[in-house]
Amino acid sequence: MSPAHYIALAVILFVIGGVGVLVRRNALVVFMCVELMLNAVNLAFIAFARMHGALDGQVIAFFVMVVAAAEVVVGLAILTSIFRTRRSASVDDANLLKY
Amino acid sequence: MTGSLAATLVRPAMALTTLPAVGAQHAAWLLLAFPAFGAIVLLLGGKRTNAWGHLLGVAMALGAFVVGVLAFVQMLGYPASQRSRDLHLYSWIPVAHFQVSIGLLLDPLSICFVLLITGVGSLIHIYAIGYMSHDPERRRFFGYLNLFITAMLLLVLSDNYVGLYAGWEGVGLASYLLIGFWQYKPSAAVAAKKAFIANRVGDVGLSLAIMAMFATFGSVSFTGVFGAVGGASHGVTTAIGLLLLLGATGKSAQLPLQSWLLDAMEGPTPVSALIHAATMVTAGVYLIVRSAPIFNLAPDARLAVAIVGAVTLLFGAIIGCAKDDIKKALAGSTMSQIGYMMLAAGLGPIGYALAIAHLLAHGFFKAGLFLGAGSIKHSMNDEVDMRRFGGLATVMKITFVTFGFAYLAIIGIPPFSGFFTKDPIIDAAYSRGGVSGALLGTAALLGAGITAFYMTRIMLMTFTGKRRWEDAAHPHEVGPVMTSPMIILAIGSLGAGGFLMISNRLINFLAPVVGTPPLSHGFFTPLSFLSLALVVVGGALAWAMYGRREVPVTAPHGNPITVAARKDLYGDAFNESVLMRPGQWLARLSVFFDNRGVDGLVNTLAATLGGTSGRMRKVQTGFVRSYALSMLVGAVLLIGALLLVRL
Repeated sequence: MSPAHYIALAVILFVIGGVGVLVRRNALVVFMCVELMLNAVNLAFIAFARMHGALDGQVIAFFVMVVAAAEVVVGLAILTSIFRTRRSASVDDANLLKY
Repeated sequence: MTGSLAATLVRPAMALTTLPAVGAQHAAWLLLAFPAFGAIVLLLGGKRTNAWGHLLGVAMALGAFVVGVLAFVQMLGYPASQRSRDLHLYSWIPVAHFQVSIGLLLDPLSICFVLLITGVGSLIHIYAIGYMSHDPERRRFFGYLNLFITAMLLLVLSDNYVGLYAGWEGVGLASYLLIGFWQYKPSAAVAAKKAFIANRVGDVGLSLAIMAMFATFGSVSFTGVFGAVGGASHGVTTAIGLLLLLGATGKSAQLPLQSWLLDAMEGPTPVSALIHAATMVTAGVYLIVRSAPIFNLAPDARLAVAIVGAVTLLFGAIIGCAKDDIKKALAGSTMSQIGYMMLAAGLGPIGYALAIAHLLAHGFFKAGLFLGAGSIKHSMNDEVDMRRFGGLATVMKITFVTFGFAYLAIIGIPPFSGFFTKDPIIDAAYSRGGVSGALLGTAALLGAGITAFYMTRIMLMTFTGKRRWEDAAHPHEVGPVMTSPMIILAIGSLGAGGFLMISNRLINFLAPVVGTPPLSHGFFTPLSFLSLALVVVGGALAWAMYGRREVPVTAPHGNPITVAARKDLYGDAFNESVLMRPGQWLARLSVFFDNRGVDGLVNTLAATLGGTSGRMRKVQTGFVRSYALSMLVGAVLLIGALLLVRL
């Protein structure tokens, strides 16, 4: 398999994730879609690293994983506290921060 | 100016040289310290000083008078050339080449004023004890009077123009405070403001003159300016002279800044007597005479002074003819008499001493007239309308006699004061020669006739004829504390003119300062007989109109001149239409421009920003997914743009 196939897969995964973020209301699903987009990017990094024979892409993939883990921790904490007070995990219900 | 040296080479004549003061004159600072102390104690002491405040005020004025007399006696002991004595007090503004020191100049000119201010001032202080006895604010009144005496003495004693200016502003302040003494009366408050504003206009002239002196001569002291003035160009001296004249017209109520004096009569009568008749309003004449070395080199400015004086003397006299308010009639007379002084001062060296002589004589008789009017007012429940007087000669004998003395003095019947001091001015005006001399002299001569008319009118309407009193009025002679100053001033009205003028006493005394040539011929010249004839005609005319006929209680309509004179010859109307209304229009225009132009620009900008922001705010919906969509669109656009550029 040539690296081009990995790139195509990464694009497909990214689009799925992006569409999920845009169309789903459940915050948990939105989070998973965000993870999907991050992992698509990771896949692209690693594919490019293989194509170019350089380690940079792989290093950045580790950074992305760390950031993603931290993001999930914070995000889930917020989500839990919103759910406790509002009895809802819909992102459309949490719309107080506006004009 | 490169040169005071060049200046002294060109014209050393009138340069002022002074010697340091010694002896009693060394204590001349007490002249200022006494009344200043009184003013501070009375104004800061508050109600605690109510019981004895008036006595302190009188004592301080008398103390200053005693110091003045001692300094005068010592001056008489010096030879004529050594009578100018300088007393340095302290350096006020010592900045490199700009040196202003507070110093007192005791010379024949200033000592005349010192004696007039403290002498007449003390008498009026004493009179005011009685006049203000029913006023709960009497202590404050005496505080202001002492403040006035301080400022007026600083004005005449200062040895430089900046000190003079400080005194000049001080008397303006005191005048304002005293005109508005009964500030709960709206008319008094307005009159005070009017006086202050009219004076400010003149003050601007004086301050510009002082700045011009500093710019030209590098000095503001009398010695410095007069020493260097010979080297100045004709244009500079004329400009300074005209600016000084503007200052003088404000303070001395001369045209075109005359309008405040008639309203100033709202103040208590002792104030009218002291400030608005005897002393402060003559400060303009002092300024002109003191600046004689400048005016000697500026014949055009001098002519302007003489014309202002001549026009004002007729103007004031005509107003005096028509006023029914006794104080306003006397105020018109004051304007007119100061017009004589200005005319004399404008004649140059021939007239300086004559102006001062008339000023001193006027100080006595006009203060006497005002104190007489005040005692009538005091005993008639504050009535000032002469149509409500009549027949007072029998009930107020002392007032009648003292007022009569002053009356004879002002119209110039020998041997009373006015005859000796006014006729030489008319004579000097004619001796100027040419068309201008003839016109000025004729104006002064006519003024003498009109003076006789209005003064006789006042006498007849007040003291003779039927009693036209209000029912509640019970006129009676006032107490001795008020009559004794009137008696002393009446003696002054009788004797001052002759004392000053016979054998050229005052002219010789002032010669070292102003250099007026002595009168060569006597007082009974053909011109003086002509003047006396006009006085008789004026008096007879007044008798025909007000003595023979009954005076109606309500004023008849009168002829157009009377109507105009009742309205101050449209002085206020002129000011309103020429100065006030254009000023208001300018202000309204500025406000309009400010509101619509400046504010409009700023407000439009702010409204545009605010409105746009308000509409843009709606974009913030709070829906996370729409933000995500806009981020995605933005990212796509960004990447698309990058690719486009790359390709």
